[in-house]
Amino acid sequence: MRISFVGLILFIFSFSAFSAAKIEHWKTKQNSAVFYVETQGLPMVDIRVVFDAGSARDGYQQGLASLTSALLNTGAGDLNADQIAQQFENVGAQFGAGVSRDMAWLSLRSLTDKKLLNSALQTMQTIIAEPKFNENDFQREKSRRLASLKHREESPAAIANMAFFNTLYKDHPYAHPSSGIVETVSGFTAENLKDFYKQFYVASNAMVVIVGDVGQKQAKEIAELLVANLAAGDVPVALPEVSFSRTGVDQHIEFPSAQTHVLAGVIGKHRKDKDYFDLYVGNHILGGSGLVSQLFAEVREKRGLAYSAYSYFSPMLRKGPFTMGLQTRNDQTAEAVKVMKNTLKQFVDKGPTEKALIAAKKNITGGFVMRFDTNRKLTSYVSMIGFYKLPLDYLDKFQEKIESVTVESIKDAFKRRVKPEFIHTITVGGGAS
Amino acid sequence: MIFRVILIALIMVPISAYSSSVKVHERILNNGLKVLVKEDTRSPVVVSQIWYKVGSSYEPGGITGISHMLEHMMFKGTDAYPAGEFSRIIAENGGRENAFTGRDYTAYFQTMEKSRLEISFKLEADRMRNLHLDPAELKKELEVVTEERRMRTDDKPRSKTQEYFMAMAFANSPYKNPVIGWPSDIANYQVDDLQAWYERWYTPNNATLVVVGDVKPEAVFSLAEKYFAGFKPSKVKAIKPQAEIEQHGIRKTTIKLPAKLPYVLMGYKVPVLNTIENESEAYALEVLAGILDGGNSARLATKLVRGKQIAVSAGAGYSLMSRLPELFMLDATPAEGQTVFDMEYALKEEIYNLKSELISEQELQRVKAQVLANSVYEKDSNFYQAMQLGMLETVGIGWQKVDEYVEKVNQITALQVQNVARKYLTEDQLSIAYLDPQPIAESKQRRKVTGGRHAN
Repeated sequence: MRISFVGLILFIFSFSAFSAAKIEHWKTKQNSAVFYVETQGLPMVDIRVVFDAGSARDGYQQGLASLTSALLNTGAGDLNADQIAQQFENVGAQFGAGVSRDMAWLSLRSLTDKKLLNSALQTMQTIIAEPKFNENDFQREKSRRLASLKHREESPAAIANMAFFNTLYKDHPYAHPSSGIVETVSGFTAENLKDFYKQFYVASNAMVVIVGDVGQKQAKEIAELLVANLAAGDVPVALPEVSFSRTGVDQHIEFPSAQTHVLAGVIGKHRKDKDYFDLYVGNHILGGSGLVSQLFAEVREKRGLAYSAYSYFSPMLRKGPFTMGLQTRNDQTAEAVKVMKNTLKQFVDKGPTEKALIAAKKNITGGFVMRFDTNRKLTSYVSMIGFYKLPLDYLDKFQEKIESVTVESIKDAFKRRVKPEFIHTITVGGGAS
Repeated sequence: MIFRVILIALIMVPISAYSSSVKVHERILNNGLKVLVKEDTRSPVVVSQIWYKVGSSYEPGGITGISHMLEHMMFKGTDAYPAGEFSRIIAENGGRENAFTGRDYTAYFQTMEKSRLEISFKLEADRMRNLHLDPAELKKELEVVTEERRMRTDDKPRSKTQEYFMAMAFANSPYKNPVIGWPSDIANYQVDDLQAWYERWYTPNNATLVVVGDVKPEAVFSLAEKYFAGFKPSKVKAIKPQAEIEQHGIRKTTIKLPAKLPYVLMGYKVPVLNTIENESEAYALEVLAGILDGGNSARLATKLVRGKQIAVSAGAGYSLMSRLPELFMLDATPAEGQTVFDMEYALKEEIYNLKSELISEQELQRVKAQVLANSVYEKDSNFYQAMQLGMLETVGIGWQKVDEYVEKVNQITALQVQNVARKYLTEDQLSIAYLDPQPIAESKQRRKVTGGRHAN
C-alpha cells in the first residue's frame, strides 16, 4: 500500500513530463546558424531570421538599429514598398520586422502550399539581402518615427520606463530606449542606416528559425535561400558587461496624470546566469505569478492600491533588469511604494515558505506544456534558445531545473543579487501642477 | 527571372484546400446550459471558457460598468472556496486563468494541462451560483477598478477621446457607455446592486461553456453534467431592445487634453450580422474594412501613409460580431504639418472613391487570400478558437456561423462592396471626434540618492 502511495505521488508530480519539442540545429553554407522544429497538424510555418543587431548596437546613434529595421520592407531589389506589401499579402503571408535591445528580427508566417510559400520566401530573401534605403522612404519613415517618439511623451508609463533604464544602465548600451530619442533620430541620414545594415546584416551574424509543417530537407532549402545573398561579414564584438551600482536612486518626474507610475528595481540577471532558476522561481512567488503573487496580494488584494502589481527579471545577453511595478492614485503613491518595498525586503530577508515554493513549482511544472502549445510560442522559445546559445535540450531540462530549486537557494540568490538598499525607484505622475 | 514572372501574377489561393474544419460538438443540458466542444490534439492542453450573456450593453443608467465590477468580484470567494482559493487552486494545478468583460459578454477562462479540466469545471460551477458578495471586499475592489479606469482611460488621451466619441455617436443605444463604467457609477455600486445583477444573469440557461483542446467530447459532456446539471434554470427576463434612434446629420466634437499629437476618429452607423436583413451586406462591410486596412498593402497604408504621406498612421475597422448596430470606424494621426481637418478630408476621399469606383479584382482577391490564410493561422491557438465560438453564440448569431465565414467572404463581389459603401457610409450617418492636444507641463525632475551605506 505504502509503496503504491509513493508511486502515486511521484506520478502526480511527473506526469506533465510531456516530451518537449525536438530542436534540430545546423549551419548554412554561409555559416548562419539554423534551428528547426517540425510541427504537424496545420499547413503553416513560422520563420524568423535574427541578427545580433538590436539597439545595444546603436552606439551614440540611439535608435539607429530600430529605424534600419523599419526601412527594410520599404524598398528592396526591384520592388518598392507597395509591391513588397502586395507580394506578401497576395499569398496570405504575414511579414514583420523589429528590434529589441539584443536582437533585430524579420518574421514570416505563411501557408505551406509550395507556390504560396515560395513566393513569400523570395520576397523575404530580397528584403534581407537587397534593401535600398531610398531617400524618400527614409525621410517618410524618419518623420513617422519622430512622431511616435513625440507620442511616447503622452504616456507616463513610457516615461517611467525610459527613466528606469537610464538610471540603471547609465553609459551601458542597454540604457537608451530601442526606438531612440528625438535628439539622435532627427540627425540620421539614409547613409547611417546603410552603414549599420552593411555591418550587422551579414551571414555570420544571422540565425534562421523554422517552426512548422515542413520537412527537414525543405527546411534546409529555406534556410539556404533566405541568407544566400548576404555578405559573409564578421561576428560583432561582444557587448560590454554591466557594472553594478552600489547606490539606489529615487527619481520623481512630474506629469499631469491621475495616477503615478512606479518602477523600482536593480540590475538583474543574464540568460546564462548561474542563479537563473533560483531567481526565476523566487520571483514567481514574489511578483511573477499574476493573481497569486505576494506583490499582487499585498498591493491589490489586501489594500486595493493598484490594478496591477508585479515583478519580473528580463534576462538578456548581458544582465537585464529586475523590475517591480505598479500604478496608483497620486496621493497614495508613498503608501504603495512602501508596501512594495516592504514586500521585497520581507522576501529577501526571510525567503519564501516551503509551502509557497511547492505551490510555485506545481504551477510552473504543471503548466509547462502551455509554454509552447502553439507554433507562435514555440517559435519564440526556439529563437531564444538559438540566439542566447542555450543548450538544445533547454526545454527538456527545464522542469528538472525548477525542481532542484530550494528555499535556501532562493534566499541565497536574492540576498546576493537583489539588495533592497540598492533599489532604484522611478515615480512619474503627481497630477496637474 | 522565372520567379519574377510568377511573383507579378496574383496567386489564387485554392479555398477547398483549407476548408476542412473540425467538427464542433454541441450538447444542451436539461437546465439550458449549452456546452460546445472542439477537439484539437496538437498539444496536451485544454482551454475552458464560460460565457455569460451579459455585458455593459445590458446595463441601465446609474450602474454602468456593473458587469465588469461583478467579473472582479467573481474572484472574491464562495462559501466552499473563500477569497483567493479559486486562483490558488488553479495556479497549483499549473493553470492560467483570467476573465474579460465586453459590451455583450462576460467570460471566464482557464487553460490547463488536459487531465485537469475537471478542476476548472468544479470551481467554475461553484461560482456560477454560490458567490459570496462581501461588503468589505467590494469596498477594496471598487478602488482597484477605479485604478483600472485611471490606467486604461483617464491617463490616456486617445482612450479618453474614444470614450467621448462613443458617448456622442450613440444617442440612446447602450453602446454609448464605456465597458468599465462612468466614474460616478463605479463609485456608488452597492452589494445589493451586484447581488441582483448576479442572480439575474448568472444562471445555466444564460451561459455557454466552450472547451477546446485535447479532449473527447463525450467525456467533457459527462463532466459538465456532473458539475453543472444540478443547478435549476431561472427565468431570464429579456432586456429591452434600446434601438438607436435615427441620426439626421453629422455629429462632431473636439476634445482638448494634455497630449503631444492630434488624432481623429470617425464612425459611420452600420448594421451587424446579428441585426441585418441581408447578411451579405455585413460580409461586404467586412471586405470593405479589408480593402482599407487589411495589411500594409491596403489603401490607407498605401495611399495616405506612403503615397500622400498625410498620415503617420491610419486604420479602419468593423466589428461584424457585435450584438447591436455598430460603427464602421476610421482613425488616423496626421503627419507633421497636416491638421486633423486635412486628415478628415483625406479619409473621406477614400470613402468617396469606394462609392464612385469598383475596387479592383486584384484588391478583392488579396483580401480573400488573407481571410483564408488567417482562418488557418487562427487554428494555432485553442484560445482564439474558443473565443470565436463563445462570442458568436453569446451575441446571438450562433456558433455555426464560424464555419461559414470564409465561404461567405469569398462570395462577395466588387459591386456588393460598392453598394454597402453607397448605402451606409454617408455623411448624415457620420460622427467625428478631434483630439486637440494641449501642452503637457514641463516636467520637473527630482533625484535623490539613497542606499550606499550598506555597500559590501
